[in-house]
Amino acid sequence: MSQILSAGTIAPDFTLAVTPDQKLSLRDLRGRPVVLVFYPADWSPVCGDQVALYNEILPEFQKYKAEILGISVDGVWCHAAFGQSRNLHFPLLADFEPKGAVARKYGVYRENDGITERALFVIDEEGVIAWSYVSPIAVNPGADDILEALENLKKGKASHGEVESAHRAS
Amino acid sequence: MAKLKAPIGPADHAAGDEQAAVTMVEYGDYECPHCRHAHPIVQSLQERFGKQLRFVYRNFPLTQIHPHAEMAAEAAEFEGSKGHFWEMHDAIFENQARLDRATLEELASDLGDPADELKTSLKNHEFLPKVKEDFMGGVRSGVNGTPTFFLNGERFDGMAEDLGEGIEELLGSHRRRA
Repeated sequence: MSQILSAGTIAPDFTLAVTPDQKLSLRDLRGRPVVLVFYPADWSPVCGDQVALYNEILPEFQKYKAEILGISVDGVWCHAAFGQSRNLHFPLLADFEPKGAVARKYGVYRENDGITERALFVIDEEGVIAWSYVSPIAVNPGADDILEALENLKKGKASHGEVESAHRAS
Repeated sequence: MAKLKAPIGPADHAAGDEQAAVTMVEYGDYECPHCRHAHPIVQSLQERFGKQLRFVYRNFPLTQIHPHAEMAAEAAEFEGSKGHFWEMHDAIFENQARLDRATLEELASDLGDPADELKTSLKNHEFLPKVKEDFMGGVRSGVNGTPTFFLNGERFDGMAEDLGEGIEELLGSHRRRA
């Protein structure tokens, strides 16, 4: 069983389809925090599900200027239909071909099930993983820990800024 | 384990004894079928546990998938200001299949409150800040969908059907301590 990439690791870059004719690369988002949400599959049968929750609190993520990306092994057309049905306002990436390649790089692919773990990553402005978490597959992890990680990033940056200005002053 | 971060206060709608051994908090959405399903279960728990159980309901409308949920939450809060929160709460769930502005106005009139007043309140979003506050408190507490229940401050990850068992367990440890 592979190990989930932990804080301090450089987030592996990837380029994945976000719509049938559009691709997105992680490196394009450099300069902003990124919340990477691996989830097992589109169309889970609960209504207040994980992506619906994140969709609902997008304004909170935007307060931290964070970009949120969903990733599963579903294909682009499946994502398109799912996104439309849930009225989603953030991109869903298709880790479809080769299947689960990005999930493998992040250490969150479930070989036996052919799906990704329910895993969360917060990546900082420089592309380094600041926080990561794997939830039990049946438990929707909610958003509280993501917001806390983003808050810590902001605080960390603020204190780093203070140190820098202190250096300049001396 | 996710913990309730927003303490229960005077702005909350709480039913039952303040000294009850178990407090159950629900974050719910009036347009969510799973919350509708849980509603009679909650009522039967209140009946079954009586004074031992206090129940608090907070709003968690998922507006992107449930277009009437926020309006319904605001209407329930409006009725709360008239002292009819629980009547409205029950009535909204019982009429979930035809949830819209007209239904909410009708339910308000049935409770003896002028539909016009509700209309104005909804138009001005008088109770939206309260609804949003509930929502954000829920997000910070690890609410991960609707309904989410907390028993004595801990998120309950089982099904609504299993809540009775969870309450029994807490009452058991409460008795052992006493």
